[in-house]
Amino acid sequence: MSETAEQSVNDPGPQSGRDPLALIRNIGGRGVRQREATIFVVAVLLLVYFATKSSAFLGESNITNLLSGVAAPIIIIAIGEVLLLICGEIDLSVGFVFVFAPFLMHYLIDFYGVPVIPAIVVALLLGLVVGWVNGFLTVTLGLPSFITTLGTGLILLGLMLTTSNAEPVNVPVAAESIGKFFGSQNGGYAWSAFIWAVILVAIFHVVLTRTRWGLHTVATGGNLLGARESGISIARIKYGNFMICALMGAIVGLQTAFYDNTIDPSAGGYAAMFLGVTAAVIGGTAMLGGSGTIIGAFLGAIVLATLTDGFLITGVSANPLNIFVGGAVLIAMIANVQLARRQAAGRAR
Amino acid sequence: MTTSEPAAGAAAAPAQDGDVLRVEHVSKRFGAVTALTDVNLHLAKGEVLALLGDNGAGKSTLLKILCGFQPPDTGRIVLNGEEVTLKSVDHARELGIDAVYQDLALINQLSVYHNMYLNREKVRWPFLSNRAMRREAKEHLEAMGVNIPSVNVEVAKLSGGQRQAIAVARSVYSDAKILLLDEPLAAMGVKEAAMILDLVRDLKEQGEVSIIIIAHNYGQVLEVCDRVNLLQQGQITFDKKSSETSVVELTDLVVAEYRAALEARHRSA
Repeated sequence: MSETAEQSVNDPGPQSGRDPLALIRNIGGRGVRQREATIFVVAVLLLVYFATKSSAFLGESNITNLLSGVAAPIIIIAIGEVLLLICGEIDLSVGFVFVFAPFLMHYLIDFYGVPVIPAIVVALLLGLVVGWVNGFLTVTLGLPSFITTLGTGLILLGLMLTTSNAEPVNVPVAAESIGKFFGSQNGGYAWSAFIWAVILVAIFHVVLTRTRWGLHTVATGGNLLGARESGISIARIKYGNFMICALMGAIVGLQTAFYDNTIDPSAGGYAAMFLGVTAAVIGGTAMLGGSGTIIGAFLGAIVLATLTDGFLITGVSANPLNIFVGGAVLIAMIANVQLARRQAAGRAR
Repeated sequence: MTTSEPAAGAAAAPAQDGDVLRVEHVSKRFGAVTALTDVNLHLAKGEVLALLGDNGAGKSTLLKILCGFQPPDTGRIVLNGEEVTLKSVDHARELGIDAVYQDLALINQLSVYHNMYLNREKVRWPFLSNRAMRREAKEHLEAMGVNIPSVNVEVAKLSGGQRQAIAVARSVYSDAKILLLDEPLAAMGVKEAAMILDLVRDLKEQGEVSIIIIAHNYGQVLEVCDRVNLLQQGQITFDKKSSETSVVELTDLVVAEYRAALEARHRSA
């Protein structure tokens, strides 16, 4: 270690030689990295592959289904998971906020006569409340977030199944016009869900890379003690990101219900959550905290959606799909770990 | 030599009006273990004091008391002539006392300038003023003579000495008046150590900051400090200007302590 140190001080030549390059790299900001370029290429290659396999793949109805139907929910959940993973936590319950939120809206409108907008607001508030509870159990009571959110998620699942008798219902008639705004297949704008997802990506990319909140989120996950030493309120950051993540779950839940024009108790769940986490990981987010990007997760979600949709449309059995998804996760993680190792080695050499 | 008599040297320490910090009769116990006994210490404005001592002498306990991490059992801390009770690390920092640990408070994944401004970011709401922070961090580091490839690099990519220098620069920049450097030379190469010592020397010349260097390797710190205090078994046993002492004298003192302890153990065995 000491030798290293000597060398780099002793030998400023190559370091300062690399300086202009570093400047150029930084013009794009911290967010744009080689890693994202790689996933982007993978996504494009997959799109090209499936386009050559099936002429229907690039048709508008398929592309909108790929982006709005399949990718958008993954993207929105991934946003929340990226923020949480960066600050060193995870939310397994988000998929159950996803299923519960639209049922809550349905109960309020159809059983209690609440107007549509307040009902939607309350359903979104559910996300914030669940996120707060996750924060309380994890930060204040000190449970590992894996366990916290496993518990709260199952409770939400049980509540939803009990109150709904596990039966799907239609989106309340009163909410149908709002539903079109969210891209209902029943006459809504087909790109709508994807556009929402892109707007959220843009907002949270900026939050993560250009605001104190983002900086403190990275600091919290990168060096918990150091962040606390600097006076950052770790609790505030973690509570906040739990609440953002669960809110994303509620948004996705409502949006999916509107998109499908039905409220389905089998929607969301662990599958939706894991797809979000998978997209984040493929996009270069480290499970140990401190690094990750929203853009990367967005591209990761596109890759997952392309695989899912591509398998369906090319008529290949969907059964082997998970082999590819699993492989993609492992390859992404291996790349993460190796990259980190090489960086560490670069420092120690 | 009178210095081996407990607290004799410390009690004789001439406290002056110009002292920015005085520690008076501070003691600390942890259960049955006495960590500090009647410690007296003073620090003048712009002075560099080396607080030396072997492992277990009570250096970290004293550091933790001074940076507000834990209160002393008895005794008082006088800051610029006024007695203060340090309620927390943040409170001590507000009063201008800041400890620089080896690495603890740097975030590897963030750039140098983000680390310099961590939790004191320049903001044009709602966005970070990255350009302003970058520029000022650069100017500030240059003024301090800290040599790093760029303020844009992640601190993970810097050497140990550079990281330490950034941690020091950050504290100075955040208006710290009293810097507590905890083992700043541990695990440093020769050139790295020289870089840190140069930084301390520069700060001394500027005269705004008073520094306590906590170390167990006194050879190198003796070059930069004005005065040396030796902490042995929770007591300050030695207080001299560094020009009036030598590495040999200090080594003899510590070795003598070790020998005495060894003999005592043999006798009781």
